[in-house]
Amino acid sequence: MIGPVEAVLIIPASAIPILALVSGYRLGAALNILACALTLGAATALLFTAHPRSDLIIIDDFNIFLLVLTTFVGFTTSIFSATYLAHEIETGRLTPLFLRFYHAMYQTLMGAMNVALVANNIGLMWVGVEVATLSTVMMVGIYRTPEAIEAAWKYFILGSVGIGLAFFGTILVYLVAQEVVGDGLPAMSWDLLVKSAPMLDPKLLSLAFVFLLVGYGTKVGLAPFHAWLPDAHAEGPTPISAVLSGLLLNVALYALLRFKMVLAGNASAIDVGAIMVGLGLISLVFAAFMLYRRRDIKRLFAYSSIEHMGLITFAFGLGGPIANFAGLLHMTMHSLTKSAIFFAVGHAAQKAGTQVIEDIRGLLQISPTVGWGLMLGTLAILGMPPFGVFASEFLILTSAMRQLPWAAPLLLLALAVAFAAVLARVQPMVFGETNVRRLPHPPALLPVFTHLGLGLALGLFIPPFLADWYARAAKLIGG
Amino acid sequence: MSRLWFDVAHLLAGGILVLSFALIYQDRIAAVVNVFALQAIALSLSVAWQALVQDAPHLMVTAAIALLVKGFVIPTALHQIIRRMEIHREVEEVIGSGLTMLTGLGLVALSILLVQPVGEVSIYVREDLAFALAVILLGLLMMITRRNAVTQVVGFMSLENGLVLAATGAKGMPLVVEISVAFSILIAFIVFGIFVFRIRERFDTVDVRALDRFRGERRDVS
Repeated sequence: MIGPVEAVLIIPASAIPILALVSGYRLGAALNILACALTLGAATALLFTAHPRSDLIIIDDFNIFLLVLTTFVGFTTSIFSATYLAHEIETGRLTPLFLRFYHAMYQTLMGAMNVALVANNIGLMWVGVEVATLSTVMMVGIYRTPEAIEAAWKYFILGSVGIGLAFFGTILVYLVAQEVVGDGLPAMSWDLLVKSAPMLDPKLLSLAFVFLLVGYGTKVGLAPFHAWLPDAHAEGPTPISAVLSGLLLNVALYALLRFKMVLAGNASAIDVGAIMVGLGLISLVFAAFMLYRRRDIKRLFAYSSIEHMGLITFAFGLGGPIANFAGLLHMTMHSLTKSAIFFAVGHAAQKAGTQVIEDIRGLLQISPTVGWGLMLGTLAILGMPPFGVFASEFLILTSAMRQLPWAAPLLLLALAVAFAAVLARVQPMVFGETNVRRLPHPPALLPVFTHLGLGLALGLFIPPFLADWYARAAKLIGG
Repeated sequence: MSRLWFDVAHLLAGGILVLSFALIYQDRIAAVVNVFALQAIALSLSVAWQALVQDAPHLMVTAAIALLVKGFVIPTALHQIIRRMEIHREVEEVIGSGLTMLTGLGLVALSILLVQPVGEVSIYVREDLAFALAVILLGLLMMITRRNAVTQVVGFMSLENGLVLAATGAKGMPLVVEISVAFSILIAFIVFGIFVFRIRERFDTVDVRALDRFRGERRDVS
């Protein structure tokens, strides 16, 4: 009997061989969209069914929210990807053979992220994150330019070291849990780990968390482990930048939060919240200043992703129902908005034939929709009301003022610096005399404006069921 | 369980650690590959011993994979690559061997200190973990201090050896051993199939320094 949970995993898995074999790139892109749509359908169906639980798979309020978000952004990105790739084929940057490989890897990434999200087993989750990393390494290097190869190599080396350390942490957690829960699968289950947290050996658990933090923190892109992130975002195909930024970083942070939930239940373990607050603040401030002197548009928004992941980590580090709520909301908003920006950037870079900011000018004159998409997306991510990012940043700021007053000025400073830096880069790209050309392919506007529209709608009004859902998840994550 | 069982386990784990040091001071790439093969064989012995001690026959699969793939197939492939691509015979170092060895000693001390708290759980597990962590950190050190792509990958696989050592030392750990071994094979193949091939194709060298031209921001307008 195949329920929605199994479907979320089986659909991408069975799409991989099919997409690897389909030779026409149009058909491949269409099938890719179809597979993503079906996965999204299955994830949505989970909302209306009972939450299953086994030693390997669990669905609770926390991961169901991320699962729907992930499959949704995966779906819209697949639509954008079809248009984007048609242009890449025409200019000869990619060949149809590489596209088959690309589509198969896209589904591998989606499936692996879903595995990591629904896993009730710390080992299985590790496997999900590892496969997701490997598949994105392949896609980052797909253009085979020296820059792309260096980016992929750097990503591979740093990513696998991170993931190796995370595995060591996972083994340590198992060793601790084994003493209390007993041998075998149960000692690796999230729900049992959380339940037996007070009995676990605090010293060893703390040691394990250090490894997990460095390991998964590398994947989240927290400073000082972020070195791979800007390169990987800048050199890969833009749809991959969108899913990396919007989804994979979230999944890695999700893994870290699950472990935080275990440690929070143990009174004598290290204060995970304080560490996360510290790392989050460092990433936020560092990335904000790094936004200056960026010449490459995708690199600019990659640093912006580090900044926002830092902010989200900070919020979860504060803990408590309100800060967690804000963190979850910001996760959603950042995913939607940042991927919309990358969609717009992808079209802009194709029109200009470059990613260098100085060489992209006056988008509005040639393509008002892409220009406005980029401008509105930028304003949204910078936290302008009435977009949703404003709401979540405001909530994080007020929680910081209440729980950790000294951090609030730092947050404000970083946000202001980022605002000035990004707006100064993007504004001349959109307004002024143009130098870009018109392309035969119309841009895929649906994904851009759907995401921005959702970001706007959630900024104006969060429907009660969604607010409930966030509140339940926030309670689950705890302090 | 008798003392002897643990002594043998420690002897094998210690052998793996010594081979990690041997990896660091080799100055010829072919020798690095040979030492890695030896380490993989030592690892497979250690895993097989754990399978006996813990009465866990499925660990034998892990041992067999370590022996066949890491001990023979991958080293053979690496030798092929080295020959066919006419790579420099010498290992290119960022830091000299002496300093690297000293750092390595420091890392071993660090790992013993780090796993100190485990003593309260089980003394045997603690020593096992200290060995594994030291192997992991030495693999990391090798990746950092060696420039060549082949030696970096060997460093990574040596790190994986440490992970397998730790995972098999944890009694009754489910799933993960098989999966992680499968992944280490996958990683190795992917790395060789894609990266080295491409790096060779574009640069006519597998020296990672050739990639450093591009660092940080794009300077030339492409």
